[in-house]
Amino acid sequence: MYTDRMAVPTDGKLALLEKTAESVRETIVRSLVAAGSGHTAGALGLADVFTAFYFHILTHDPGDPESEERDRLVLSNGHVCPALYATMAHAGYFPIDECLTLRKFGSRLQGHPERALLPGLETTSGPLGEGLSQAAGMAYAFRMDGRKNRVYALMSDGEQEEGSTWEAAMFAGKNRLSNLIAVIDRNGIQIDGVTEDVMPLEPLAEKYRAFNWLVLDADGNDIAAFIAAVDEAKAVQDKPTLIIARTIPGKGVPEIESDYRWHGEVPTVEEGERFLQELRTAAGQVPQGRA
Amino acid sequence: MLNAEAHLSAKVFADDIEKAPSRDGFGKGAVEAGKADENVVVLCADLAESTRAGWFQKEFPERYVELGVAEQNMATVASGMASAGKVPFIASYAVFNPGRNYEQIRTSIALNDVPVKICGMHAGVNVGPDGATHQMLEDIGMMRMLPNMTVIAPADAEEARKAVIAAAQTGRPAYLRFGRSATPVFTTAETPFRIGKALTLFESDDPQVAILSTGSLSYDALLAGRALDAQGIGVIVLHVATVKPLDVEAISAAARSAGRVVTVEEHQSAGGFGSAVVELLARYHPVPMRFIGVEDAFGQSGEPGELLAHYGLDAAHIEEAARALIGRA
Repeated sequence: MYTDRMAVPTDGKLALLEKTAESVRETIVRSLVAAGSGHTAGALGLADVFTAFYFHILTHDPGDPESEERDRLVLSNGHVCPALYATMAHAGYFPIDECLTLRKFGSRLQGHPERALLPGLETTSGPLGEGLSQAAGMAYAFRMDGRKNRVYALMSDGEQEEGSTWEAAMFAGKNRLSNLIAVIDRNGIQIDGVTEDVMPLEPLAEKYRAFNWLVLDADGNDIAAFIAAVDEAKAVQDKPTLIIARTIPGKGVPEIESDYRWHGEVPTVEEGERFLQELRTAAGQVPQGRA
Repeated sequence: MLNAEAHLSAKVFADDIEKAPSRDGFGKGAVEAGKADENVVVLCADLAESTRAGWFQKEFPERYVELGVAEQNMATVASGMASAGKVPFIASYAVFNPGRNYEQIRTSIALNDVPVKICGMHAGVNVGPDGATHQMLEDIGMMRMLPNMTVIAPADAEEARKAVIAAAQTGRPAYLRFGRSATPVFTTAETPFRIGKALTLFESDDPQVAILSTGSLSYDALLAGRALDAQGIGVIVLHVATVKPLDVEAISAAARSAGRVVTVEEHQSAGGFGSAVVELLARYHPVPMRFIGVEDAFGQSGEPGELLAHYGLDAAHIEEAARALIGRA
């Protein structure tokens, strides 16, 4: 059982987490090449966040996915599931090789996550704008029962355009759900282009603050910084917290980083080989997250 | 004659039969379910009084969740609560719940297979003066198409109460349909109710037509059946509260026995209960049929009785359809 670690990771642990995130990225690329369809940019961009969750932040047990004590991570933007699957596999929920069945007939790794098929998934998701409210429902129920489990909701920035997201934000703010920590993957892209062109979201932090949330900003590709933000959020007692995690879509593969066209594209076999090479050489040398 | 085993009200055909809206049954059933299981919670979207969710709120304020006018959020918050061990009932008008939040129900409740009970109030034209915007006539179709979903349209407030209590115990998603206006409470505490089980209300010795109905129009179906019987036309009147899963055995048996079927619902004829019966009988025992339902139209303002007559849903129209079916129009 991984337990709730409040402390900032040691330098040694941090190096291990970063190495794990690189392995997760490689698995993401392999699984997307094998699948032949899916979402590359967001999945690579979130490898650090998922690694931070499954290898440091969450209380969970891959050997007992239904454990009553586990924290809940609700993935709202289900299309980045290659990153979730890869991280869960590396954490020990299922064999890493199973990631190569992504999107295949008969696979537990559906194109968008299906709770009933894969132990460890907290919900079925993909249609946008539904994760925050499910997480809020869980947080509300845990508080009713005096349970200490924390609930995390991971959303995309594009899905902030869904009205239902704001219904959930209003509900969580009203009920001061301090056991709820939401994360927005602020990678700035969506299918049709850059978010600020498609439908401007800024000032995003001010919007959530107006809904009675505490809002923190973090570099979502800096594991230590992200963990520090989550630690800060855990200390909040009177309201839900949003962490705007700024990430680089396609992170780790310089030739596709920040290119919105890779939102819904996958590498060919040849590109996959090149991406894996780039991932290995770029590890540790990649640019800092955009502010 | 009346089916004695149905234990219908002694006043079933009396002028002074008690009347109540089936949503009252939701209010009572939710309180009873809440007493039996502390995990039962009720969520409502700013309609505590008219949905009767307020009755639960009064009894269990700490287990009542007010969402404001946000039916989409209500469905998904309920999904999350169900994942955390609760048994949520979500109450609003059927036009919004499941009308507005259909996709949330599809993904986060049905596909996710969590035990949220969707309670659609003010279904059908009996909403009355509010008009077409608030008269939901497509909900049975929407909900019965969803895998994992059970669909129940109780006959009256008493059966609604039992349906709510039963739905709380299934551990699966369910849709329950309730009406706004007061209709006869013709079943009793002794009337049997089981999800998936149809109830014979009336059966003649030599049935020529079976009237299969769902929801509160089952009372009108019963009145029509009694009138037909008095005219020497043998009938079976079968109340089918559970539209999904249908009672294959009872429906097939009624079709075999009578050879003709009239279906009755306060819903679009397309896609609803009648369609479900056709799908079943086409497979097991095809027979000539007639459909009592709204024919590809929206509702409008008016008194419930006027509207039921206008759209051809009342006892007189049921009787007429049955006679036409056996060539005695």
